[in-house]
Amino acid sequence: MSSRSRVSLLVLGAAALALAACNREEHHSRAKPIGETVPAGESPDTIFPGSSTAPPLDPRAALYDNNANAISQGQQLFLQMNCVGCHSHGGGGMGPPLMDDEWRYGGRIDQIATTIAEGRPNGMPSWRGKLTEDQIWDLAAYVRSLSGLPSKDAVASRSESMSAGTPQTLTPHAEMNNSDAVPQ
Amino acid sequence: MRIVQYRQGTQKLWAPGAGGFHGGVMRRVTGALTVAILSAAATLLGACHRSSSTQSTSPIAEGPLPAGNHALPPAAAAPADDGNWVMPGKNYAATRFSALSQITPANVSKLALAFTFSTATNKGFEAPPLVVNGTMYVITPYPNYLYALDLTKPGAPTKWTFKPKPAAASQGVACCDVVNRGAVYDNGKIFFNTLDGQTFAVDANSGQMAWHTQLGDIQRGETITMAPLVANGKVLVGNSGGEMGVRGWIAALDEGSGKVAWKAYNTGPDKDVLIGARFKPFYPMDQGKDLGVKSWPPDAWKIGGATTWGWLAYDPETHLVFYGTSNPGPWNADQRPGDNKWSAGLFARDVNTGEAVWHYQTTPHDLFDYDDVNEIILADIPWGSGRRPVLLRPDRNGYFYVMDRRTGQVLSATPYGYINSTKGVDLKSGRLIYVADKEPKAGRVTRDICPASPGAKDWNPAAFSPVTGLVYIPHNNLCMDFSGVQANYISGTPYVGADVKMYAGPGGNRGVFTAWDPVNRRPVWEIKEDLPLWSPALATAGNLVFYGTMDGWFKAVDARNGKLLWQFKAGSGIIGQPISYRGPDGRQYIAVVAGVGGWAGAIVSAQMDPHDPTGALGFANAVKDLPMKTTAGGILYVFTVPR
Repeated sequence: MSSRSRVSLLVLGAAALALAACNREEHHSRAKPIGETVPAGESPDTIFPGSSTAPPLDPRAALYDNNANAISQGQQLFLQMNCVGCHSHGGGGMGPPLMDDEWRYGGRIDQIATTIAEGRPNGMPSWRGKLTEDQIWDLAAYVRSLSGLPSKDAVASRSESMSAGTPQTLTPHAEMNNSDAVPQ
Repeated sequence: MRIVQYRQGTQKLWAPGAGGFHGGVMRRVTGALTVAILSAAATLLGACHRSSSTQSTSPIAEGPLPAGNHALPPAAAAPADDGNWVMPGKNYAATRFSALSQITPANVSKLALAFTFSTATNKGFEAPPLVVNGTMYVITPYPNYLYALDLTKPGAPTKWTFKPKPAAASQGVACCDVVNRGAVYDNGKIFFNTLDGQTFAVDANSGQMAWHTQLGDIQRGETITMAPLVANGKVLVGNSGGEMGVRGWIAALDEGSGKVAWKAYNTGPDKDVLIGARFKPFYPMDQGKDLGVKSWPPDAWKIGGATTWGWLAYDPETHLVFYGTSNPGPWNADQRPGDNKWSAGLFARDVNTGEAVWHYQTTPHDLFDYDDVNEIILADIPWGSGRRPVLLRPDRNGYFYVMDRRTGQVLSATPYGYINSTKGVDLKSGRLIYVADKEPKAGRVTRDICPASPGAKDWNPAAFSPVTGLVYIPHNNLCMDFSGVQANYISGTPYVGADVKMYAGPGGNRGVFTAWDPVNRRPVWEIKEDLPLWSPALATAGNLVFYGTMDGWFKAVDARNGKLLWQFKAGSGIIGQPISYRGPDGRQYIAVVAGVGGWAGAIVSAQMDPHDPTGALGFANAVKDLPMKTTAGGILYVFTVPR
């Protein structure tokens, strides 16, 4: 390998790092304001009569999904709002596990946000009106990160608050087979 | 499976003789002699039972029970066995002992399936079936179906099914799987509770509902998982939700109408707790006005747990009902300085009025989730020249308590498992003595606390055989790392504040089955089990003890020495209570439901991800291998010895 190509590799690498860092620090607080609503969160597993495709991903998903700040904020809410009491640190207990690759009500971030906002009939409480829409999206971003789907550079290497759990960057995961949780 | 025989000090043996047993023979024996005597005894007993098993329909066991120098249940609370099984504890003394003796160590190897039944549920199945005059009643976990099976017909077809349709959302506030611990039969009706906080009375013949009463509120995190107790015309029911910030209570419903006769809270001012002039706790630590308020930070008693999700016992002679209260909430004890009364303690109440007569706080200011809800066995033990009426209690905190049931005085508290979290019980003050090193503080991880939160033993009750005088205790050998974190109270959500990781205790075996001599306060034999033991035990007059393992083995061992005599692999892990009954054909049957789950088995029944060690409040870490060893289910198995 020539020294020139080594240099170009280095430059490319640095650019990639810079870009990643850029993405990581892009806080949606500086983004264009969007109306505060949580989507209906239709599941791809749902039948949509008269059409063959699921509705497109909610445009706000891009602001929260894979966003380090949203994931970190969501992690704190996950502890403060007692989500951890039922779902543990993703392994489940009273509630279903969140770190595996099974999603009862869909694993897209907008579907998770809907689940948090509306609750689900087998025991998931409804948080609409108790949390702001922004908080619900943050929580959804964190919940999605528990399954190991977002890139490792977006999740926190340590929790913002006291926790005996494994850092998310080190959390082991079963091999994922996610048919319904691939970002669109 | 390893059996450990204990031979320290004096060994007590029950030598069979011509007229049954001659009790009280104290002998100093060693190794070979013990074995020789035991095997001789086995042979004699086997012969004895074989000869008498020819269609004896006498209500009590073949031959008189020994009047020996060992613990016996009070006759009023443990009447003669009629071959039915009408309440989870078998009787008010909660012996879980069947006086039927057709199945013995000599013929148990022939024990074979009589019929099976699918309950159409696959959550933790903790309840025993009931048998009443040729009908078997099976209560399932949520959605709490009640089946009536006709034992008089081949294959035991379903007579009727009662579906109470509890609210689905109740599943989200049930701390440790959506279990139900059993129904009870009395006076022509079956009584049971539903997960969403109702008590039902159903006509035992027709399956028609007689009444139902809403008692719990799932919006506040209340569920009901316990088995009611019916005594003196009252149906006694208590709430679950010690992990949800509820306020614990016990209620008595009129057996005929379902109307609330009295309701006593387990925290708060004396008037709410039904503490009045008759209240005479034995120890000064439990004496004083409004301790249910004063031993908490302001208002913390309103969300402090102390629920009634476990077992009740009843003494018909004194009309006292005994029950224990759960852990205080939250688990993070830094948030609730004080003794947190009346959590993790034992109440004696007048069944007619609910008035508290005494209380003993077993674990003041609980640090580790050592609920006090385990079974309470009524016994009369030799004391001086006579007998003393006592309660026998293998407690969560690892001590086997012998207590005077008239006063609440602790006569002895002896470790029956490995303990390093406490030093013992001061019999003068009654107080449990904590080990300072093991006190969790918020913001740090406290390691190697034994026993772990499920205790040396959790809810699954022991059996007490009046034949051997021994208590057969299925229990755990688990330790934990515990880290307190700030818990926020939000009604309808968990109020725990702890990250916990459990693992096997010393020796590496996670379960133990111990035969305990309550008079001499020592184990007689024990069986080390790999997995935690979450199934209750059954003892029979045939000198057999039955229990199940979480990977699905249903076992019969010799009550005298723990020798494994028979086992059957069920389709799911067993956490349910085995029973024994006399069928319409006069034969002795053994029944158990296999359906893994509960706190210990939620990793399977709730399809949890074992990669998170804190799952199921830390239990997941201790049973990571369970999903490879069993699957969820809910099948009834009934066995007998074929002719």
